Amino acid sequence: MNVQLTEEQRQVRDLCRQFADSELRPNARKWDHEHSFPADAVKKLAEMGLLGVAIPAELGGAGMDNVSYAVAMEEISRGCAGTGVIMSVNNSLYCDPVMKFGTEEQKREFLVPFARGERLGAFALTEPMSGSDAAEMRTLAVKKGNEYVLNGTKNFITNGPQADVVIVFAMTDRSKGHRGISAFLVPTSMKGFTRGRADEKVGIRASGSCTLFFEDVVLPERFRLGGEGEGFKVAMQTLDGGRIGIAGQALGIAQAAYEEAVAYAKERKAFGQPITQFQAIQFMLADMATEIDAARLLVWRAAWMKDQGVRHSAESAMAKLYASEMCERVTSKAIQVHGGYGYVKEYDVERHWRDSRITEIYEGTSEIQRLVIAASVLKG
Amino acid sequence: MDFRGTEVEEAVAATARTFAAGRAAPAAAEADRTGRFPEELVRELGALGLLSVNGPAEHGGSEAGAVAYARAVMEIARADCSLAVTMAVTNMVGETIARFGTVEQKARCIPRLASGEWLAGSFGLSEPQAGSDPNSMTTRADRRGDRFVLNGSKQWITSGDRAGVIIVWARTDVGAGNKGITAFLVEGGTPGLLVGRHEEKMGLRSSSTVGLTFEDCEIPATAVLGQVGHGLRVALAALDGGRIGIAAQATGTIQAALEASARYAQDRKAFGEPIATFQAVSFALADMRTAHDAARLLTLRAASLKQEGRPFGREAAMAKLFASEAAQVAVSRAVQIHGGYGYVDEFPVERLFRDARVQTIYEGTSEIQRLVIARSILSGD
Repeated sequence: MNVQLTEEQRQVRDLCRQFADSELRPNARKWDHEHSFPADAVKKLAEMGLLGVAIPAELGGAGMDNVSYAVAMEEISRGCAGTGVIMSVNNSLYCDPVMKFGTEEQKREFLVPFARGERLGAFALTEPMSGSDAAEMRTLAVKKGNEYVLNGTKNFITNGPQADVVIVFAMTDRSKGHRGISAFLVPTSMKGFTRGRADEKVGIRASGSCTLFFEDVVLPERFRLGGEGEGFKVAMQTLDGGRIGIAGQALGIAQAAYEEAVAYAKERKAFGQPITQFQAIQFMLADMATEIDAARLLVWRAAWMKDQGVRHSAESAMAKLYASEMCERVTSKAIQVHGGYGYVKEYDVERHWRDSRITEIYEGTSEIQRLVIAASVLKG
Repeated sequence: MDFRGTEVEEAVAATARTFAAGRAAPAAAEADRTGRFPEELVRELGALGLLSVNGPAEHGGSEAGAVAYARAVMEIARADCSLAVTMAVTNMVGETIARFGTVEQKARCIPRLASGEWLAGSFGLSEPQAGSDPNSMTTRADRRGDRFVLNGSKQWITSGDRAGVIIVWARTDVGAGNKGITAFLVEGGTPGLLVGRHEEKMGLRSSSTVGLTFEDCEIPATAVLGQVGHGLRVALAALDGGRIGIAAQATGTIQAALEASARYAQDRKAFGEPIATFQAVSFALADMRTAHDAARLLTLRAASLKQEGRPFGREAAMAKLFASEAAQVAVSRAVQIHGGYGYVDEFPVERLFRDARVQTIYEGTSEIQRLVIARSILSGD
């Protein structure tokens, strides 16, 4: 076993870290405060190839492996978690499934410009009354000749306010439950598509999300992604990869909070000495570092398995479950180390703590991850 | 980056797994009840090359590497934690002699430890009043011509009554603080080496733990391991490696707890269904599996750094801290899943519960691991 990054993976890490330090960290507080989309930073991510990290170069991507993607997700999220999720949605939830399930024609039209970062993608599975239980979705796509007519509502759609194309999941045959779901590529320029107002979120406020409405949107058959009834499979396989991205995001948020806690503890004095002299502080830092390392190994393992082309559902779920819950603990401890300063916006740790909370919810709640892992344990 | 084991590592793990399933697991409950030291199994471990997994081949070691060693300990611990600790300590004594010993010391000790001719090796570091703080030890070694005379007491010595050789730390220069400590190789049966009473432990009952007393115990100057005054260095190196062993033991414990719990949860019915169908139970299994995998990865990372000759002290401390703490949670939840059956000796989890408890204590308490990690953080590593 060898858990060292390769030369290429190290370069990706260093490049992303540099970019995060110079372009993201200095602005993240402002974007958070204003709830504003970091358009310039996203443009630069595109120039760096970070909006299609694991997509082959001939299809517009950077042609790197999934470990590099996980490393990049960590570093970008360390700078700004909102920017991290914009990146992860375009990579994992949009480009990945088009790459895997798209026809050659679809890849030309719906993948290349997105992997290049010229256009932005989104993924619409969740509905107001259907989150973890996708088979309950109400959105319908009714076939009429060579077309589908799409009606329904999707909510909490990250990148929804900006997306040029959204992968939408809809029932094409309600009688078949989750086997009646199909996936569609829906350009947001289509007639009958409208957006709700942007969500007011606790954290990751540099990323926008909103509700999407589809009212008699007429889709040509060539916009269907994968076969009819294959939508659930498309969604689940996509989420296996997406979980690696979110686990990477959680890792980056935790790493930022940890670094800031160490720096603060070295400067702050109490009872006549730096607070790093007290075991209560030292031991918190030691636990934070240990849990971050454990999470990083789980994330890298899942990404590496994806690169090997082997099944990694349980491993991605473990990475996502552990990294996200670790992130909430670590960011909370970082606030504790900062004392009162941790509770005000003069420091960044309060943002990290708010940003952490969503990582336990989206792309499969912790509860869904545990279901996936338990199923794998009980299968033996 | 490669998360696969090498051919050698897989072969060592397979050997250990087969032995664990066929020989160690069936005997574990009885060994726990009687507290009898498993001489025969130890000799079999020797015959399989598992008493010196990472020792030099020229002296009879398997030379399979630190990762293979960790994998082997995980497999044995999954069957019997007592046997795993006996095995781990002997391995580490051999490794320590391989690293610091003279040619003669290596040639004499390692083959006997590796083969099981000597049933065990031991470390004699802890004292009744000096555990985490070895600097406060009071055992003395006074030089007399070409000999040293040992006087003092050591406590909690794993396999101390069975050991062919014990690495004993003693003060050679009372005024020199931590530079006045020296490590010695003391062979079992040396006059003046007295074995005290067996500790009645709550767990690890078939591993032997004794106190040792040295009463004018004379050893030749050639028994110095490493250099005079450098004993603490030897101890810290042994402990860094030893922590990987205990982390591996804890990882094996978590796996045993998980497997027993998964089995029980599928057999046991309540409210008309196997209890595995209840999320209260299945989510506990998911958490155990996740903790197991994280512990395993941290452990194997530390082992692979050691194997590559890179610094691994911080990583070994993280592995030991994480794995041993996770084991506490896992064994307790395993008992909970078993309900009343978890509290009686009909099922293995009550033994796991007792065996696991020492893992956050020996080879450096969790508190010491956190100190090691924090020091590394604050020195900017």
